[in-house]
Amino acid sequence: MVDHLAMSNDVTVTLPRVQERIPTVVVDDAHVVYRIHKGAAGNTSPVAALKRMVSRTSAPNVREVHAVRGVTFTAYRGEAIGLIGTNGSGKSTLLRAIAGLLPVERGAVYTEGQPSLLGVNAALLNDLPGERNVTLGCLAMGMSPAEAQRKLPEIIEFSGINQRGDFASLPMRTYSSGMSARLRFSIAAAKQHNVLLIDEALATGDKRFRKRSEARVRELRENAGTVFLVSHQLSSVRDTCERTIWLESGLIRMDGPTAEVLKEYEAFTNGK
Amino acid sequence: MAITTLADPDSGLPPAQLAARHGLRMAGQRPSLASYTRQLWRYRHFISAYANAKLAASFSNARLGQLWQVLTPLTNAAVYFLIFGLVLQQTRGMDNFIAYLTAGLFIFNFTQTSVQNGTQAISGNLGLIRALHFPRAALPLAITTTQFQQLLGSMIVLLGIVLATGEPITLMWLTLVPAVLLQTVFNAGLTMVVARLGAKATDLKQVMPFVLRAWMYGSGVLYSVELFAENLPGWATAIVQFNPMLVYIELARVALLENTPLLNDSLPLTWLVAIGWSVVMGVGGYLYFWRGEQEYGRG
Repeated sequence: MVDHLAMSNDVTVTLPRVQERIPTVVVDDAHVVYRIHKGAAGNTSPVAALKRMVSRTSAPNVREVHAVRGVTFTAYRGEAIGLIGTNGSGKSTLLRAIAGLLPVERGAVYTEGQPSLLGVNAALLNDLPGERNVTLGCLAMGMSPAEAQRKLPEIIEFSGINQRGDFASLPMRTYSSGMSARLRFSIAAAKQHNVLLIDEALATGDKRFRKRSEARVRELRENAGTVFLVSHQLSSVRDTCERTIWLESGLIRMDGPTAEVLKEYEAFTNGK
Repeated sequence: MAITTLADPDSGLPPAQLAARHGLRMAGQRPSLASYTRQLWRYRHFISAYANAKLAASFSNARLGQLWQVLTPLTNAAVYFLIFGLVLQQTRGMDNFIAYLTAGLFIFNFTQTSVQNGTQAISGNLGLIRALHFPRAALPLAITTTQFQQLLGSMIVLLGIVLATGEPITLMWLTLVPAVLLQTVFNAGLTMVVARLGAKATDLKQVMPFVLRAWMYGSGVLYSVELFAENLPGWATAIVQFNPMLVYIELARVALLENTPLLNDSLPLTWLVAIGWSVVMGVGGYLYFWRGEQEYGRG
């Protein structure tokens, strides 16, 4: 953390800024614990369930996972921050906590405005045509109907779903997984977010779309937003983010300029 | 360097104070009731677009499309008339049993489907909820809106049946409008209640059909409401008299039918109960749903 601050002061010297750095996300010693329903595991027989109801113990098939164990950092306007770490290191959980979708058990997360989480799992209405989904998505993000109508062609164009015929008027269930991921990304990226959280979404889609979406993320950033990017694709982190936070088992292992963190991370993963 | 220190007075500040200095808000905090209501109002276009989309989606796989909006209630009415009117002879000397039955059936169905879909309002839209931020009350309200649109279809069928069975058009018909609007407010509140319950208690979906079935029998939909007064002890009849569904159904029957058996003799009192339920459930349901706002989509 101290290293990083020193580093960014260097940056202010080389690129003199008139404005002070404005924090958009402050995470203060955040702990996230979530509960998983294990489903049919454990004793789920009717008798056991009845016994639990009588003795008032909670079901055995709920398990607590302490996914984030005390993370502290501050993100500023105009920054793009990559979150990396091995599977299960708490990256996605941290993003959800920043988005306000998972409560923090201890500590606090402060944000400017309402961060938007953009994940590949963000399903819209699969029975409806792509166009309808675009309009709905825009309205759900708080746009006016006129604005949503205006953005519609732009979003369809950006997503590229019409490259193989008129798919925009077909129900989304007929789309390939790549197509619907592209459309979802395009919808979410159509709005200027103060804080945009992207969970692996850039990894979907073909190479051309990836290039386009990386360009769009840079654009969002330049318009004074903060972008978080969770990805296993180190190349897209390298291309889009200048700062990277490396999480390991729910703790920050390293926080600093992307090049340095990635070097350490690659050494770590290769050494295993 | 002096400028840098001036420009960056934040360094060394504890995170909580830094956040307060720049007006950052705690993530996932519940907005105040007033600002929540304002937000919801700004999302009214989303609510109606979502309701229309749901309605269109529900018929998207059927060949006859939106015609089912009218066909479903019609078929329903035919089946129930066959069983309760012809086989079980529940008409009990009633002038117009078909109209009596369909009025009860359609009005009850409005609430029933709202509640049924309401239990899924949150749990069935987790993808949307986890991806985008909007006041979650938009979802149960959209469900009520969809069902209201369905009801309009049913009402056309109902008016057709009422006319075809020889009822005259009177000024009383106009009272159907406020009665249905009161019921809509009641439904919206109730849908928000079950939406919050259904978000946590996933078993509710299994229980709801039984609750609704019992409620339907307690609302005098399929048989003459006189049976309650005849066969139940006094206190039980009193409870049934305050059953909101029975009240809304009776208001619709009074509006449309010349001569219909009623459990509540006093019409002004019936209206008062209808208004009371609509206010209590509408406001109460909204408050209850709002209090759970930060929990939806978690877990």
